This record gives sequence, C-alpha cells and structure tokens, in this order.
Amino acid sequence: MAIVVVDVALKPEILDPQGRAIVGALGRVGLEGVSDVRQGKQFVLNIDGDVDEAKLAQINEIAATLLSNPVIEDFTVQVRP
Amino acid sequence: MSIDTVSDATSSPKTAQPFAELGLKKDEYESIREILGRRPTSSELAMYSVMWSEHCSYKSSKVHLRQFGTKVPKNDSMLVGIGENAGVVDIGQGWAVTFKVESHNHPSYVEPYQGAATGIGGIVRDIISMGARPVAVMDPLRFGDPENPDTRRVLTGIVSGIGGYGNCLGLPNIGGEIVFDASYQGNPLVNALCVGTMKHEDIHLAKASGVGNAVILYGARTGGDGIGGVSVLASETFDADGPAKRPSVQVGDPFMEKLLIECTLEVLHAGLVEGIQDLGGAGISCATSELASNGEGGMHVWLDRVLLRDSTLSPEEILMSESQERMCAVVEPGKIDAFMAVCKKWDVEAVVIGEVNNSGRLTVEWHGQEIVNVPPRSVAHDGPVYERPYARPDWMDVRQSSGPDNLVRPKSAAEVKQTWLTMTGTPNLASKSWVTSQYDRYVMGNTVLAQPEDSGMIRVDEKTGLGIAVSTDCNARFAALDPYKGAQLALAESYRNVAVTGAKPLAVTNCLNFGSPEDSAVMWQFEQAVTGLADACLEMGTPVTGGNVSFYNQTGEVAIHPTPVIGVLGVIQDVDRRTPMAWQRDGEIVYVLGATRDELAGSEWAHAIHDHLGGLPPVLDLNAEMTLAEILVAGSRDGLFTAAHDVSEGGIAQSLAEMAMRSGVGARLEVPAGIDAFTFLWSESATRAVVVVSQDCYEKFVALCDAKKFPVTKIGVVDALSKSIELAGVFGESISLDIEELRTISEETLPRLFG
Repeated sequence: MAIVVVDVALKPEILDPQGRAIVGALGRVGLEGVSDVRQGKQFVLNIDGDVDEAKLAQINEIAATLLSNPVIEDFTVQVRP
Repeated sequence: MSIDTVSDATSSPKTAQPFAELGLKKDEYESIREILGRRPTSSELAMYSVMWSEHCSYKSSKVHLRQFGTKVPKNDSMLVGIGENAGVVDIGQGWAVTFKVESHNHPSYVEPYQGAATGIGGIVRDIISMGARPVAVMDPLRFGDPENPDTRRVLTGIVSGIGGYGNCLGLPNIGGEIVFDASYQGNPLVNALCVGTMKHEDIHLAKASGVGNAVILYGARTGGDGIGGVSVLASETFDADGPAKRPSVQVGDPFMEKLLIECTLEVLHAGLVEGIQDLGGAGISCATSELASNGEGGMHVWLDRVLLRDSTLSPEEILMSESQERMCAVVEPGKIDAFMAVCKKWDVEAVVIGEVNNSGRLTVEWHGQEIVNVPPRSVAHDGPVYERPYARPDWMDVRQSSGPDNLVRPKSAAEVKQTWLTMTGTPNLASKSWVTSQYDRYVMGNTVLAQPEDSGMIRVDEKTGLGIAVSTDCNARFAALDPYKGAQLALAESYRNVAVTGAKPLAVTNCLNFGSPEDSAVMWQFEQAVTGLADACLEMGTPVTGGNVSFYNQTGEVAIHPTPVIGVLGVIQDVDRRTPMAWQRDGEIVYVLGATRDELAGSEWAHAIHDHLGGLPPVLDLNAEMTLAEILVAGSRDGLFTAAHDVSEGGIAQSLAEMAMRSGVGARLEVPAGIDAFTFLWSESATRAVVVVSQDCYEKFVALCDAKKFPVTKIGVVDALSKSIELAGVFGESISLDIEELRTISEETLPRLFG
C-alpha cells in the first residue's frame, strides 16, 4: 500500500477570498508580519499496491477531473515515501 | 519589462501591433491610428480593444437600439432613461426604483459556478452605482437538452453559483425562469436582474465633474483575472515559452461585495461623491474613459497607484483586468479624508488613482512615463458603429408554413388525462422548486411573493405597504417562429404576470440574447425583435429603461433561438392587496379571462410531445392585453379576486394544475361550450388569465368585464373537500386528476435529472 498526496490550490492570479480573510484575521489577533495567505486543500489517497507510472497517470487524471477545477485551480501530486 | 510609452509610439510608428489577436479589425485599428495621429501604445491598444468590443460598444446593435430612444411612450414615471448604468422609475411617495438585467452567458459556460456568481455581482454594482439599495435579484436561465450530461454540469454549477453569491450577499432571489431547449446546448443563457430602491434625492449618475476632483478606486484589489486577449500584448516581454495563459474567468467574493454595497451607500448618502461608476467589463479602461467622457472631458490617472493582488501585472493588464468587486468614485479634494474614513470603517481598501481636469484628454502615467493620451469620448462613446446586413432567411417560409395542424392530438378522455399527467412532468413545466429552494427567497423580510408565483413582489415602504412586482419572460420558440411577434409576446407575458399579482406595469428592461451578428439571418431576427419590442412598448406606455445585448450565442453555424428576455416592473400601492395564485376557499368561482383559439404553434405541447416547431405564434392584441391588465389591477385593488394566475406555457391545463398544487385544494370544472377539451387545455393563446372570485363579488366582477368588453367564461367552482381537479365535458366524459399525483410528477423531474 502506498500513500499519494494531492494538493489543490487556486491559481496564483485567481482571487482567494478565504486567504484574504485569514490575512485579515491575523492582523486582528495581533500576529504581524504575514502579508499574504493562499489557502488550498489536501487529499490523501491510500493506493492499493505500488505506485507505478500507470497508477500515477491515473491519479493525475483523478486530480485533474474530480479533485480540482482546472479552469481556476492548480494541483500537485506527490507520492509519500 | 519594457513599457511602450506615448513617445515610443510617436518615434516608432511602424512597430507591428497584435490588433487582430485582440479582436480588432484592420479598419478599426486604422481608425484608432487616425484618431490619435500616430500608432496607439500597447496600453491604448488594450483600452480600445476592450472598449470597442461588441460587449462594451454595442457596435452591431446600436443602430437598432436607437428605436428605444425614439419610440418613447408618454410616461411620467421615468426619472433616468437609457444610457446610465440603469434606468430609474418613480413609484410615488418619494420612492424611486432602478432595475436592470444583464447577460453573463459566455463566462457561465466556461466556469458555471463563478460565471453565474459574478453575473449577480456585476448587476448589483450597476444598481448601487445609481445610489439605490439592492433589494432583490432574479435569474432568467436557459439550458440545453436536460438529458445531455453536459447540461447537468452547467446547470448544477450555475444554480450553486447564483445561490452561493446571492445568499452570501443577503439578497432574496424572487423569480426568474428555467427553460430547456436543445438550441442552448453549447450556449446556456445566464441573465441576471437586480432591483434597487431609493428616495428621489439619492439618485446618482456616472460622471466626472469638477476640475481638481480626485478619482478614487475602491473595493477589491486588481488581479489578473478576467483578462482575455491582453496576454498577447504582455507575452512579448516574457520568455519564449510565454506565461501561463491568464484565465478569462473571474472569481467573485460576495462578502467583499456586501461591504462595497454598504460602503458605497454610506459615502453617497453622506454627500461625499460627485460621480460614481462600477467596474465591470473592461475594468479601469471603461470606468475612467466613461467618467471622463460624461464629465468635464479630461482626466489624469497614475496607474502605478492601483493596489494589486499580483505585483507582476503589466500596465496593459491592469487597464483591462475585470477583477470583481471594484468601484470608482469622483470626490472633491476636501472630502477625500471623509471618504477614506468610511472605506476604513467598512474594511474596504481605497486609493486616489487620478484627477479630473479640463484637458479634454484621458492621460495615464506609469512610474512617470506617459502610456496613454487619448480623447476619452473616442474610447467610451465614439466606437465603431456597424450597419450589419440583415435579411429574412428563406428557411423562415418553411418554418412558418409547417404548422402543428397534423400533429396527433388526444381524442378521448383517457388520452387527455394521460397527456395532462405527462405534460405536468416535462422539464419546462415541472416544478422548479429543486432549484429555487437553493436560493434564499425571503432574506431581508420584505419578500411578499416569490417563485412559483407569477411575479416576485417586494415591499418597499413598511409604513404604507407600497410595493413593486417584477417578472421576466420569453418564450423563445415564439421568437423563432416570428421574432417581431415573439418579442411582443414576451413583453405581453411579462406585463400580464405583473398585472396578475395586482401591480400596475410601469417600465421595461430587456436582455437580448442572439447568435452571431455577422450572420444576416440572426441580424434580421435581432432587428425584428427590437422593432417589435419598441413598437409594443410605445403602444403599451411602458418605456424601456435600459438593458443589455448578448451576441455570439452560437456554436459553429447553429445559433440559439432568438431569446429577447423581457423584464417588466410594476407598482402596487399596498402589498396586502396582492393577488396570490392559489385558490383556497370552497365555492369560489373560477373564470377564464380572454379568448382561447386553436393556437398550438410553438407551444409546450408541440415541443414536449412532438418535438415540433413550426407555424405562426399566437395572435396578440396589445390593446386587449392592456384591458386585461386593467381588469386584473382593478380587481385586486377592489378585493374582487381571491386568486389569479397567468395562462402561458402549457396552457390552461398547466395554470389549473399549478393553482391546485399550490394550495392542495381541488375544483369542479367544465370545458366551456364551443371548444374541444384539447384546445381549451393546451392552446397557448395570449392575453388570458384564470381568476377566482368569491360568491359575494362575482356580479361586480362580471360587470367590470362587460364594461371593458372583455371576454370572460365561467368554468367551475373551488371544492375545498376534494383533493382532485374534476373536469367535465372532455369528449363527452369527465376526468379526475389527483392533486397529490400531479404534485409528485411535477416535483420529481428536476431532482431525477440533476439531483
């Protein structure tokens, strides 16, 4: 069994209202020094068997079609060692 | 990053420019060079390209839209007419209402959720920039074949986007439409309407007056979203691989928009603002050039002062960005501090980006270098105007001559009952509550009527009960059969839907959705629809206060049905006098107002049962429509009606089913003499309504109809003990429709398709 982590976040040029809200909250609670926050989400996939090239291609497809909205989001796929 | 300055443009006249990639035609580019007496800088080219686009300049539609300005009915209630962000109508007692509908079709197909959400955001900013508080929204929607899997993607995204943005903003969604037709498969229509209310003295206009006044950009920061072709310009300075293509999708932030509403209304009411403009399509380019063009005629902008979300943006991109939730205000120098204080209170960022002057030029500088120097009118108002060729296509003959006469009709009581059950569940007639229950319809506490009622109704003044009703309608199949009549029928239906609730129709807005204007057949449909609408508005005394045109709703050679969505606004003196659609009390008498003829071309029956579209749409007598409205409004005012419901898609059968399903109470009815049951139930003749009158009032009601010489037919009585619609005279027999069965059929269609 292997674990694959997919991180999804809004593309850098897309407005991230939640990230902006966190920046605002940081200021209000007196935690200074953070100028910007981008919020994303993480999917941890438990994969049956080993992760080979074919599996990885399949996971990339899952990430591109179901886990992210490629019009406004980017994603990365990492195999957790 | 190298900057293309005005002096660069003068010294290097031969530099090749990517005007075609930005959507400008060769002759348009040449006329820009002529206006400026040199080649445009890349920033100027960016501004002209967006402002001269079809979307911003109305270059194909302008010549026809002028009719709305020339065929103006006598109407004392217009306070602000076409040309401003939205028209303003006087509703009495010192109150004014502004309303407008706009399209967000193309973005909503690419990214349904954000496209539909930012559609609401954009129309709401139009309303607040007039000085009004938004009080309600509505969304007329059109989708492709409901069985096509892509329709599911588009519909669910759009509906969540409307709900997500509108609900967060705290605005009730009180109506709209959902219509399915295969012609919208690759081109769904997402139109968004917003209504706002204000006192007369609070009306504001978009102009930059007063030399020395500051131009303040406030709201969300400017980012790289919504930039279409400008990456062509910017890419010159990037690596060979080029930048990742900027998405043309914008992401909205409804919480920011809410702050922007409150902040804007506060600075307006405090008298801190000379002129105001929202930022929509074409962003800063549009706001600065329109403000300057409407005011003293000159403005200087320091573009590097614009607050950015992404510091790598080029000046061209900043000028064209369509980032949401931004506004532009013109403020006297002595009031800047007070303005900034209000912005700070609402946590809205603001910065002075420019100054009004009388130079007659719009000049923009970027870190000390002049990158734009243009006459603002040439950007904002004097764009190209096209007299596009239009001609009635030959296929209209075939379409109009292949009427519905040969379609197989139900011929027995059993067949009529089965047809009724089937029709109740078609996607177009089925209950839309699966969609509308995802919208907040009652927030703010002033919603008097909302879907599925004929129009949405909002209480404006809590003390006097003064209210407004709004409806949007369009049967595009009628417009496909005859665009002139189709537009008039859309107006008539919307007018009737307002009157049926007891409100007096006052003013019109429209969203004209068509295919490509470069197709002479589409252009003919457009010309016909605009002419039909302008003629009918003149005759009915309801002026067009503003609207929007959406062209290029076309995939390949296939255009959508011409879809002139018409919104009508009416006023009701006391919302307690409204007429609801559901009958309730035992023994009350059910009447049909208006004449039913054999008119099934373009009907829902022909579409749903036979997939047929041909023939001529129903005849329309505008005077009769106005008389019907007078009866409906007078009857509501005098308390004659306990219920009333418009007759349109799906005919009388659908009206009766909806009235019964709304209350759960049955009725004993009979098909009137002189007409067969099928025609009576499913013809879609215009100018009809079903009304319910109490035993005490029927003499007065019949006398009213007689005095107006308007046809009225008694069809039966409400039966509070029954849970079914009993209809006698159906090919010699009686049929009985169980209301619970109708409701189950009506309510299961949309969840089955999209749930």
